[in-house]
Amino acid sequence: MRRLLRTPAGLVGTTLVAALLVLAVVAPWIWGSDATRINPAQIGQGSSAAHLLGTDALGRDLLARTLVATRLTLGLAALATGIGTAAGIVLGALPSLLPRGWGRCVVAAVDILVAFPALLLAMFTAVVTGLGGRGAVLGIGVALAPTFARLTHTLTASVAGSDYIAAARMLRVPRHRVLTRHVLPNIAEPLILNLAQSMGAALLGLSAMSFLGMGVQAPSYDWGRLLNDAFGHVYVTPSVVVAPAVAVTLAGLGFMLLGDAFAAAAARTIDPVGDAVLPDLPKAAAPADPDAVLEIRDLTVAFPGGVTPVRQVSLTVRPGEIVGVVGESGSGKSMTAAAIGDIVPHPGLVGSSRSRLCGVDLDTLTPAARRKLLGSCLAMVFQDPTSSLNPALRVGGQLAEVATLHAGATRAQARARAVERLDRVHIKHPEHVIRQYPHELSGGMRQRAVIAMGLMGTPRLIIADEPTTALDVTVQREVLRVLREVVDESAAGALFISHDIAVVGELCDRVAVMYAGRVVEELPAADLAADARHPYTRALIGSLPDMATDRSAPLTTIPGRQPAPGDVPTGCAFADRCALTTARCATRPRLVRDGQHAVACWEVS
Amino acid sequence: MNIEQLTVRFGRFTAVDHVTLAVPDGTALGLVGESGSGKSTLARAVAGLLPHRGSVTGVTPGRIQMVFQDPYSSLDPRMTIGEAVLEGARTSRHQRAAQITRLLDLVSLPTSCAAKYPRELSGGQRQRVAIARALAARPEVLIADEITSALDVSVQGAVLNLIRELRAELGLTMLFISHNLAVVRYVCDTVAVMRGGRLVENGPVDEVVNTPTDPYTRALLDAVPRLAPA
Repeated sequence: MRRLLRTPAGLVGTTLVAALLVLAVVAPWIWGSDATRINPAQIGQGSSAAHLLGTDALGRDLLARTLVATRLTLGLAALATGIGTAAGIVLGALPSLLPRGWGRCVVAAVDILVAFPALLLAMFTAVVTGLGGRGAVLGIGVALAPTFARLTHTLTASVAGSDYIAAARMLRVPRHRVLTRHVLPNIAEPLILNLAQSMGAALLGLSAMSFLGMGVQAPSYDWGRLLNDAFGHVYVTPSVVVAPAVAVTLAGLGFMLLGDAFAAAAARTIDPVGDAVLPDLPKAAAPADPDAVLEIRDLTVAFPGGVTPVRQVSLTVRPGEIVGVVGESGSGKSMTAAAIGDIVPHPGLVGSSRSRLCGVDLDTLTPAARRKLLGSCLAMVFQDPTSSLNPALRVGGQLAEVATLHAGATRAQARARAVERLDRVHIKHPEHVIRQYPHELSGGMRQRAVIAMGLMGTPRLIIADEPTTALDVTVQREVLRVLREVVDESAAGALFISHDIAVVGELCDRVAVMYAGRVVEELPAADLAADARHPYTRALIGSLPDMATDRSAPLTTIPGRQPAPGDVPTGCAFADRCALTTARCATRPRLVRDGQHAVACWEVS
Repeated sequence: MNIEQLTVRFGRFTAVDHVTLAVPDGTALGLVGESGSGKSTLARAVAGLLPHRGSVTGVTPGRIQMVFQDPYSSLDPRMTIGEAVLEGARTSRHQRAAQITRLLDLVSLPTSCAAKYPRELSGGQRQRVAIARALAARPEVLIADEITSALDVSVQGAVLNLIRELRAELGLTMLFISHNLAVVRYVCDTVAVMRGGRLVENGPVDEVVNTPTDPYTRALLDAVPRLAPA
């Protein structure tokens, strides 16, 4: 409700509709006698002190009549909406209950009705069922039904495709129960949202019908009828149409705005609470590593509401080295990559005590210079190669663009380089492939094309975020081989982010294991199998079956779950899932370095 | 359960091409292959969710249950865990509570979960609920379609352990589908390798893993990432 009132549209809509509802209840009691009092002395008058908006042909006060008519107008509109909704839902749900052929007939009928002009449908129905309030309500109800039927059918179809419906079918739940237990509850929300707007449409439609003389007949009167009555005098005393016209407009507007506000509130956009706050990160004092292509110290990413997905992560990548970052979902590994690539989504804040790329301190650069350095020094490869390539452009053009944009190459040079780079990532017939569109390539080829695109410049650092997760194992193997070759040949560094510790162990030189936003262990990849020390790393390795796992023994498991980035405890974040926990673990262990190996655990270091 | 000459066509495309497989009672058959190899289509056809040609014999129709890959879309968000678990069980009203406790206990979930909604549970817990729901219908055959691939590594291990325990406890006959050979090797007795809708190799797990005869099976085995032994 609060969400509903926060936007101006929601506030106006809610107020208007609330006022109308109050009027509908109280107006006939207060102004009922004024509205029906015939006064032959004051027929068809304009605005005066006694009759603010004038009188009608029988001398009745128009303002009072308009206010009193609220009840009938809203009542009829509600009735029409009710009929339309009920008929629509039944029509829309029928195809999922009927045998296939019959269902298709219903869908086709609904499609035809949707294409039919609504008001025409309403008038037709009204004429057939007899002029008057009842006919108009039925007519508008029938006119509303097709849209509701279409909406219900679309929503039903989307729910019907979900796995829980398939599960229910296998459990032999009868079709009508699937509809009432699974489908209707899950589509109710959008249908209810649509009600408010339909109410507005019904009100306008009914008023139009009454105005045309096909709706409410005297002596009853709704706003449309009042307009119809007043219309004859509009050239003599224009003020007579003001009251009903304004009422119709305001009511229509109110319901439409309310409908919009409902929809916006249901979309549940989570507004950030306050601003993101970064902790104090003093500049690192230790001398910078002159060789490193990437050196970050105490990298921290903060979001509003105390959500800190990355907490003081330090990483160094040297030329020709692949550093793996491994962790489960929510460990902050992808956010670390995003922070290095300067693509943390708004309103996140990134801070560090040092961030150097290719020997340049990023914090000393202007935003423009920083973008330029990132554009020329850094190549990023993401999980889904489809989204990294523009589906409407040929592969060659997209690759060439990088060279013409960042290296100032001519088109012919850029094209030649594209062919050469595609060849380098072992794509067969590169001259042919550059003329193809992304959808013509297989998943593995696309991912290699994205790597080739990263190589169009002369990247010093390649960040690959789960680049093989969407690929099959045999394809994964090829992509990993390409990545290794590229790093070996170009002496670039690479940061390889993955949830799969076996892949990381196979490909990388060094591995950083992340848990709840922090690096908990860093070690040479060759030591993973035999010398992993942190209990989390060991559990990760133990819980992953490989081709040599003892089939008679259960896999290692980790009880509990990783804390969310918003509520990481002050002590060791792994403590409540760990078998080695002691009292010391209430204080957070620091990452203690011992040669090539660093581990953050009180009990093993 | 015997699958004979099962074929599934989508228009002119043949997704599963004359597959014949036998799953003896109480054993688990692993179905491996890459995306597009037809393994999930085969599973859905066996489960009766897709029209197909060929026959599935040795199992009462309706006594096949399935656990899906994505634990987030396989539970109705508006149903409590207790309701979901009992959906397929024929239970009298006064036995419901006891039945829920028994089923949740079977998949190592506390009874307090029964009143919760799926959104309050983690991915691994949801997958357990899906397994409990399938078990409630007392299936003769349980199909598990990539049930661990949407889960985090640490949770995956627990679900695999659960499957093994359930097999030992209930003597389940299983069709276990995965793209991960190591997982299949750990859970199953026999394995069938699919490629392009056809069966390329089929046999006891140890035999297929140690002495693969088909070149494609060999390529698959070679591609499995493993930690370098120290």
